[in-house]
Amino acid sequence: MTPEVALILGIDGLANGAVYLLAGLGLVLIFSVTRVVFVPFGDVAAFAALSLAALETGKLPATVGLVATLGVLALAVEIRSLVVRGESRRIGRAVLGWGVLPALPCLAAWAIAGRDVPAPLQVTVAVALVVPIIPLVARVALQPIADASVLVLLIASLALHYLLSGLGLLFFGPEGSRTAPLAGGAVSIGGFSVSGQVLLMVGASLVLSGLFFLAFERTVAGKALRATAVNRIGARLVGIRPARTALLAYVCASLLAGLIGILVAPVTTMYYDSGFLIGLKAFVAAIIGGLVSYPLTALGALAVGVVESFASFWSGALKDVIVFSLLIPVLLLRSFFSAHVEEEEEELDE
Amino acid sequence: MTARTRQRALVATVVVAIALAPLVLGKFGVSLLNDIGIASLVALGLVLLTGIGGATSFGQAAFVGIAAYASAWLTTAHGASPWLGLVFALALTGLAALAIGLLTLRLGGHFLPLSTIAWGLSIALLFGNVDAFGRHTGLANVPPLRIGGWSLVEPRAIYYLIWALVGLAFVFNRNLLQSRPGRAIRSLRGGAVLLASVGADAFRVRLTLFVLAALLAGLAGWLYAHMNRFVSPSPFDVRASIEYLLMAVGGGLGQLSGALAGAAVVLLLKNVLQDTLPLLTQRAGQLQAVAFAVIFILLLQHARGGLMGFVRRWTRGRFAAAEVDTAELAGAPPLPRRALPIAGTPILAVSGAVKRFGGLVAVDDVSFDIRAGEIVGLIGPNGAGKSTLFNLLTKTMPMSAGRIEFLGRDVSTLSQRRLARLGMARTFQHVKLRPQMSLLDNVALGAHGRTRAGLVAAGLRLDRGEERRILAEAIRQLERVGLAARAHELAGSLPLGTQRTLEIARALAADPVLLVLDEPAAGLRRQEKLALGELLRTLRGEGVTILIVEHDMDFVMKLVDRLVVMNFGAKLVEGAPAAVRADPRVQAAYLGGAT
Repeated sequence: MTPEVALILGIDGLANGAVYLLAGLGLVLIFSVTRVVFVPFGDVAAFAALSLAALETGKLPATVGLVATLGVLALAVEIRSLVVRGESRRIGRAVLGWGVLPALPCLAAWAIAGRDVPAPLQVTVAVALVVPIIPLVARVALQPIADASVLVLLIASLALHYLLSGLGLLFFGPEGSRTAPLAGGAVSIGGFSVSGQVLLMVGASLVLSGLFFLAFERTVAGKALRATAVNRIGARLVGIRPARTALLAYVCASLLAGLIGILVAPVTTMYYDSGFLIGLKAFVAAIIGGLVSYPLTALGALAVGVVESFASFWSGALKDVIVFSLLIPVLLLRSFFSAHVEEEEEELDE
Repeated sequence: MTARTRQRALVATVVVAIALAPLVLGKFGVSLLNDIGIASLVALGLVLLTGIGGATSFGQAAFVGIAAYASAWLTTAHGASPWLGLVFALALTGLAALAIGLLTLRLGGHFLPLSTIAWGLSIALLFGNVDAFGRHTGLANVPPLRIGGWSLVEPRAIYYLIWALVGLAFVFNRNLLQSRPGRAIRSLRGGAVLLASVGADAFRVRLTLFVLAALLAGLAGWLYAHMNRFVSPSPFDVRASIEYLLMAVGGGLGQLSGALAGAAVVLLLKNVLQDTLPLLTQRAGQLQAVAFAVIFILLLQHARGGLMGFVRRWTRGRFAAAEVDTAELAGAPPLPRRALPIAGTPILAVSGAVKRFGGLVAVDDVSFDIRAGEIVGLIGPNGAGKSTLFNLLTKTMPMSAGRIEFLGRDVSTLSQRRLARLGMARTFQHVKLRPQMSLLDNVALGAHGRTRAGLVAAGLRLDRGEERRILAEAIRQLERVGLAARAHELAGSLPLGTQRTLEIARALAADPVLLVLDEPAAGLRRQEKLALGELLRTLRGEGVTILIVEHDMDFVMKLVDRLVVMNFGAKLVEGAPAAVRADPRVQAAYLGGAT
């Protein structure tokens, strides 16, 4: 291991860490507002990457079918719950929100598929196409059990992962794809050339994590969002609608997942299940942040990226084992430092 | 038909059906039943660990894998007998579970299940990357089991072994749940403080449960390896763990039979899907995961009690376990009792107790003592620090400074659990009962520190003598507080006031030297308060010392021998009720000073 090799590994690790950072931010965002550990986050990122690949080869992304199906399901569920609650006059607004809005990116994709359009437009449409996915899936699967314990939500979230990755295989097939680079050229730092792509990834993650920190720790609206997760009934009593804050969180997270997908797609071959591993490593980072702190999550993500990079140099096959085994000491430290409020655990079958 | 006969008939029917099945079904059906039997062992462990113990594990398949690989490796690489492989596999699985449990079971809240995902993933990835295990091709030609001269290579042959083991596992666990360690396991969900207050160590109970669940999974792994005679990494990954969890949740996490029901339903469904989906679409294999996920999510949304939850509601509990016949317990010899100290000897001495929360001094240099045979009241206006002092005395919270002596011993650094075993029993301001357990079981939990039956003895039903004595003691305490007639009702169905009285019965079952009560009269009606007062006076007459924290002045003044008044964290006054009542400082504290 020479210093040059170490530096290359380090830069590589930081680039991966930047991706894990964004994913970690999305996971912490969803958890801090809804108490859901959203395991399928990586799957949605993979969808964005595969959609972009499809658009670049002139085909209509299969995501359109996925979003359309989910939209119909969510709309049906929403209408049913409105009718049951006796608020049928809101059906019009529901159709607009849950039916028309998700259809817009689908129409855009249909419009540009097969045509020769500039790359930025393709990227935007690819990201816009996955933005409805997490809110729609959450509306159908998670909102009916939104009051359940973190454990039940975690189990549901794992089931959702298998659902989404199964749908991914169904819609996209088992082949992998890679997209064109987003930022060309290279910059010379200390005698090494760092590609523009890497700089873009690191830069994007730094900017976004700074924004998140400001929004959630320093504004009243951000704190209100976090309050919803701590006590849903209390939030409702002061006029916050938990379903609405959850929706906001899901939309933002979906947007993040889309960005991650298009950032990663040029550097790695993405398959329908590549998202899972990204999600899991981001998950380790989120745990380092205790699922509450954005700055710690960012640091954790960079650490995970660097450790993974060096571990893969030492033993390619065992690198994932090393990264996941690291989770245990992290959890131990976390549990040691956080004041654990003991709550009586509800019966899982009540 | 009595409940006991009904249950026996049900069990007999199931046993006969299982015994006759291979004669009726073809080879495929028997193989499927073998798979169901093996899976139900793992699901049984999950029902115990997650359903009853409250610790969700996403890593059980890893333990199945450890055992399967251990036995397969030993029998193929070293030519050992599969029975030796069983011992090796169980030992290795048990050790792994012990190591993992020691590291991770102290994690609280949702960190524990997250850690199970972590090691579940790591171990599964390890299987596919070690050369000695054949990497991703796995180990083949694992020898079949042999009993005497018979080889169990045919599905019909190994069927009886598998289902005999399943039956034994169910019986062991059913015995376990109806015993002293079983009550502790069923109280895990109530929190560590509840268990510590009766002298049990929640961490040890949870660790034992974790290792038990891992051993059940290990047994399943060994059977798997020698039935299929081939092991590869894929059946032991996180996906398999989630499938086992689905079986447990789908069958019903609340009861042991849920494991069997869930395993049967999930595997049958998988088979049906594998047969019918290809008829519907070409992409059948991919749809199976989707179909399962959808079913799981629907289950979580609408039927969290699982299949057996439905069945239980539908049969209206007609097949529930028979209740203990309390008349039978009359002849049981009583548990040994502590020698209570002579009236007047100091049993609790608090000197200079201080508790700081950052800059706030909640308890400021409080000193008093309690002598045997008296009732002492701790009163004060809201925010005076009574509850904090109470927590310091019962060791729920550590002291910042000061010294506490109990029965002549310095207990300042002792844990809550050890203090409970020394003879201090307490009740809680926010009642900590197990709502799904009967009154009898809740009170019997209080005797945990006085008895010794362990997990193995309980499972093998060697603890019946001690168990009868515990239940007889519980009935005695229930009679003392006037609740004996309702011994078999669920504690959750009681009104709050009665629940507080039940907690006192539980505290009494511990045969305490000092009974520490936290607002026992709150929520009681006048008649109930009178009865409570009478009970406490009777207890004092029998030599039990009582410390009571209360708000109800009327109740306290008529009951106690001495009062300690606190205000702003410090002791204000101490003395007989009449003197305290007349003291101008106390009046100023409660009613405000003269301006």
